[in-house]
Amino acid sequence: MLNRLKLEPSRILLNLAVIFIIALWTFPTAGLLISSLRDKNDIAASGWWTALSSADRKQVGRMKGSADQVEKDGKFVIFGNLFDGADATSGKVSAFGTKVQTPGANAAGSTVALDAGQSLTVGVDGSYVLTSPTKFTDERGGRVFFVSSQPPRFTLDNYQTVLFSEGIGRSFINSLTVTIPATIIPILIAAFAAYALAWMKLPFRGLLIAIIVGLLVVPLQMSLIPLLKLYNAAGYFMGVPSKTYLGIWLAHTGFGLPFAIYLLRSYIAGLPKDLIESAQIDGANDFKIFRRIVLPLCFPALASFAIFQFLWVWNDLLVAIVFLGSGPDQLVLTGKLNALLGSRGGNWEILTASAFVTIIVPLTVFFSLQRYFVRGLLAGSVKGG
Amino acid sequence: MAEQIIYAFFTVIIGVGGCFGYFYGSNWLLDRIFPANANNDSSAVRNLKMQSTIRPWLFLGPALLLLSVYLLFPVIETFWLSFHDRAGDKFVGLANYVWAFNDDQFRLSIFNNILWLAVVPALCTLMGLVIAVLTDRLWWGNLAKSLIFMPLAISFVGASVIWKFVYDYRGEGQDQIGIINAIVTYFGGSPQVWIALPFWNNFFLMAILVWIQTGFATVILAAALRGIPEDTLEAATIDGAGPFKIFFRIMVPQIYGTILVVWTTITVLVLKIFDIVLTMTNSQWDTSVLANLMFDWMFRGGGDFGRGAAIAIVIMVAVLPIMIWNIRQANKEQSGH
Repeated sequence: MLNRLKLEPSRILLNLAVIFIIALWTFPTAGLLISSLRDKNDIAASGWWTALSSADRKQVGRMKGSADQVEKDGKFVIFGNLFDGADATSGKVSAFGTKVQTPGANAAGSTVALDAGQSLTVGVDGSYVLTSPTKFTDERGGRVFFVSSQPPRFTLDNYQTVLFSEGIGRSFINSLTVTIPATIIPILIAAFAAYALAWMKLPFRGLLIAIIVGLLVVPLQMSLIPLLKLYNAAGYFMGVPSKTYLGIWLAHTGFGLPFAIYLLRSYIAGLPKDLIESAQIDGANDFKIFRRIVLPLCFPALASFAIFQFLWVWNDLLVAIVFLGSGPDQLVLTGKLNALLGSRGGNWEILTASAFVTIIVPLTVFFSLQRYFVRGLLAGSVKGG
Repeated sequence: MAEQIIYAFFTVIIGVGGCFGYFYGSNWLLDRIFPANANNDSSAVRNLKMQSTIRPWLFLGPALLLLSVYLLFPVIETFWLSFHDRAGDKFVGLANYVWAFNDDQFRLSIFNNILWLAVVPALCTLMGLVIAVLTDRLWWGNLAKSLIFMPLAISFVGASVIWKFVYDYRGEGQDQIGIINAIVTYFGGSPQVWIALPFWNNFFLMAILVWIQTGFATVILAAALRGIPEDTLEAATIDGAGPFKIFFRIMVPQIYGTILVVWTTITVLVLKIFDIVLTMTNSQWDTSVLANLMFDWMFRGGGDFGRGAAIAIVIMVAVLPIMIWNIRQANKEQSGH
């Protein structure tokens, strides 16, 4: 290994290299998470990496009109605060101006002369004093453009929006509806088949195993057209819609079976021979052996497969858009996110929060059950994903 | 919504209950019809024999049925459809394939697929190998690996949103909120719409898959590295071999088989790549790949199942060598048992 050299500089270099790679790998996700917690104006105004420092924002405020003027020492004065009525109600003014092109023309605290002998002073806190030698006549006050620096702030508003008004909440339920049955149903079916292929005497066993290994890499695309036709025909024949949850559960079950059988078979075949044989000598039939001995022992393999299938179904887009409708009652999270990318392409506050809602479940599963996940990967790494 | 949850809940109960019911019921029935404790020995022996002939098929039944309906039958049907017209009624011979190889979009998709195949598996495996070696002896190596592994749990669509944000473009002069354009403008370059640059945009899409799959390669290869006997490395060190020599001459040859497995696994995945292209560009700006082209022919413009099926067959043919290799490996393992 590189670090066997035991040279200190190389050790430091190694650590730095790994830190660099990790930064590269986690940066994109960090950007998503941080952005989803920012105010939507902030997201559009500055990069997410500036979120932790205070941000300069260009704002506009309108001064009060002639109704609020007071007479003082023979002059007419209007007092007020620019943050009243601006879209951000706190912060510090760093500069201001009276033209939209030059919001940073004058430093905060300075006084500028305007037309007709008027003068304007804006303080750091946003308070302004507008003075005029003659009486103000405009009912609407003039606009002031200013640069304010905002302290970093984070909000859960985006999540509230996507969950309750953008339909992500509903899609979340739909995804769960698809995923949970599609994860549980194949397990038992695969486990029985795997046991039969591992320990029972049957003709064509080698051939069956070869077929299952072959099916592992069959592209999903091969199945789509025939199954779509089949579903349409079956739906027409039975007078039910062709896009149903039952349809997608069975489809995911079918697509998941080769990997499930392959993974479980190699695990079950690796169980000690004596165990199975002694049970057979005791007169137990295969059904009993499977139930009492094999099933409890292959729990780790079952868990591995369950995690795989869960992630695969939850993250799937293709099967969902082919076999489920696009109405709100059937659109799953991945499909919804894809639709949002089209309709809300520029609304990053919607997209980032929605994306985070879709990835939080697989990430939780992944981090809490990583051990089983890795074990499954190592056992079944011929599968094409 | 509540209705849907209840519906799903009951389906799980019925589905799982049905499975249990089937396995219990059929095995119980078998034991009844051919009782092992029959009156005379000869019929008991015969019954036991019957039981052990039939029972495997009871175990395999549901799996074989589902595999046939969802994978075997469709493969044959797709093959058949690829020689028929758009509705699947009229035999048209090789017309769909002739069309495909003369179609610009198809050629572009093949070209892009080959590009993906040339870059992604190699890059993932290489990066995975490098990261596996680098993190092998770090005390925090496992943490590092799980962070790099993390994108594997993220859906392609989620990853696409993440990366679309990375590639985000604002007009020149505006503050860039996409990190790549921010870096480019910081160093004085002009911002680009990265995913709309024909040819090069393929590589920006590939970066997403590399980001996702490198973790997979890392974990598998790290496990293989652990399996290398210590003494071979020590012997090489004593002989004065440098770290690079040890890596290429000692480590790589010993985990060659695993490297091949990782490479082919990612290759199969790349052949089927669909989601990333759909969500990032929807095949615009010359980024189409075969799976997306097939999807377009299935659904857009009324759908042409014949052409769609022909494209699916092309993907299948590309997977075939890997499939045969896998089956051979499995057979070898079988006979080695």
